Amino acid sequence: MHPAFSVVFFTTATGAGYGLLALLGLLGGLGFIPADFWLGLVGMALALGLIVAGLLSSTGHLGRPERAWRAFSQWRSSWLSREGVASVATFIPAGVFGIGWVFLGKSGGWVAVAGLLAAAGAVVTVCTTGMIYASLKPIAQWHSRYTLPAYLIFAAMTGSVLANALLQGFDLGSMAMLIWALLATLAGWGWKLATWRYNDQLEIPTTANTATGLAGGTVRSIEWPHTEENYLLKEMGFRIARKHGAKLRRITQLLAFITPVVLLAIAVFLPWPLGAIASVLAAVAQFAGMLVERWLFFAEAKHTVTLYYGRE
Amino acid sequence: MTCLPAQPSKKLGLVIDLDTCVGCQACVTACKEWNTGGHMAPLTDIDPYGGHVDGVWFNRVHAYEHTTEHGSRTVNFPRSCLHCEQPACVTVCPTGASYKRASDGIVLVDEDKCIGCKLCSWACPYGAREFDTDVGVMKKCTLCVDRIYNDNLAAEDRVPACVAACPTSARHFGDLGDPASAISQLVDERGGVALMPELGYKPTNKYLPPRAHSGRAATVEAPALEPIRAEGGFLGWIDRMLSN
Repeated sequence: MHPAFSVVFFTTATGAGYGLLALLGLLGGLGFIPADFWLGLVGMALALGLIVAGLLSSTGHLGRPERAWRAFSQWRSSWLSREGVASVATFIPAGVFGIGWVFLGKSGGWVAVAGLLAAAGAVVTVCTTGMIYASLKPIAQWHSRYTLPAYLIFAAMTGSVLANALLQGFDLGSMAMLIWALLATLAGWGWKLATWRYNDQLEIPTTANTATGLAGGTVRSIEWPHTEENYLLKEMGFRIARKHGAKLRRITQLLAFITPVVLLAIAVFLPWPLGAIASVLAAVAQFAGMLVERWLFFAEAKHTVTLYYGRE
Repeated sequence: MTCLPAQPSKKLGLVIDLDTCVGCQACVTACKEWNTGGHMAPLTDIDPYGGHVDGVWFNRVHAYEHTTEHGSRTVNFPRSCLHCEQPACVTVCPTGASYKRASDGIVLVDEDKCIGCKLCSWACPYGAREFDTDVGVMKKCTLCVDRIYNDNLAAEDRVPACVAACPTSARHFGDLGDPASAISQLVDERGGVALMPELGYKPTNKYLPPRAHSGRAATVEAPALEPIRAEGGFLGWIDRMLSN
């Protein structure tokens, strides 16, 4: 599948934004994170900024972005529509929570309720994003039991590493948050490795035989209907050289998982501000690594239409 | 509405005979000609006379070599929208632009509602939908909905343009929901198949596999070409000179 940067950035940024929003809503609302004005302002601006930037980026993928409002109508059948509805609905409790926690300096009570609702909205929205891909049967690498948990785990992971960087930056960090971010990164790493292992031995049920209705034997493409690449090949027939795939997987692991794990482990032993610098660097490296991961998520996904063009 | 209608009793569709299709591309051009002025018009061409020709087509004819223990043969394979009974391209649509008609099962796109998110083309395993980068919306086969009900045309012309154009009658149009229809009987008789049945989209269109080899064809034994012998004389001298 063609890795459009607008969609790669959209899913990565909103994942991190919703992960951070869920943690701030949960921990801030219940009073585990103190209602500090500047921490709250920067934290909520970062979370909502990532979400808004991601959503705006996603409209860059549309042929007619001025009609994007129509996408809120078909939530009964479409995961993309559900994502649109959930993402907008989440802004309401997030806004209420932001007013109470950041501007009024409150936690507990109605602020906690709003925070929990914002966290729930964030989880639901990330689920709908994951389901857009997990529900597509022509793409076996996406239509798998690994896809939905991956979106949830990566949102939790990037959100946690961001939350830790934020708390460390304001010298309000805790060992619990640091360890949590470290464990979330390890969980994300493990899940990605398991997904790659599954995808590499994936046996796709559709073949050129069932695609053409020609039973038995071999079906070899001898002539395309067109001489140049068409929409189908540009969009669904994107191919990535095997050697680049292996290299990009190593880059993903280095940036998204190994570097953050090492930096967070070092931060455990460093005083402020060195620990804060390590935590922020971990978040930046991880975000860059997740962009590569998401690029590969698209680039390595194979669509059944390529069978018609003789690409296995 | 992108929720699917209750199963329509009428299922209009095509049956394509892979035995008689000669790959002449007449259906392809007839489709393009009709539809670039039809319901989903235009079928935009990008850089049509340049080095990177691209454009929207609803029907494309591939050619395959099918090799079995009985031998090999070339099979021409027209590929277009199958107007599935379970069209995921419709249910994934966030705007309601894609829909399946309750009256006859035709899958259409309302171009005025399409936002061009391309998700429907990802959801279609057959590559039936093509994005028009110029207009910014998705386009697809309409089963010539503007021909088959068109009272301005003579009765025999109220068939999709591809069917009307086919010189070998490899394309058939009719109601596949009616077991008594000529087209349904043809499918029964010839063992027509659905494409990628394992994915569960339940295509309405069916393909008739090529008939079995009869084994009666005469075998023509042609002697293999022999390597050129080294010649003497003038021609041999030229051969040696040119070989140096």
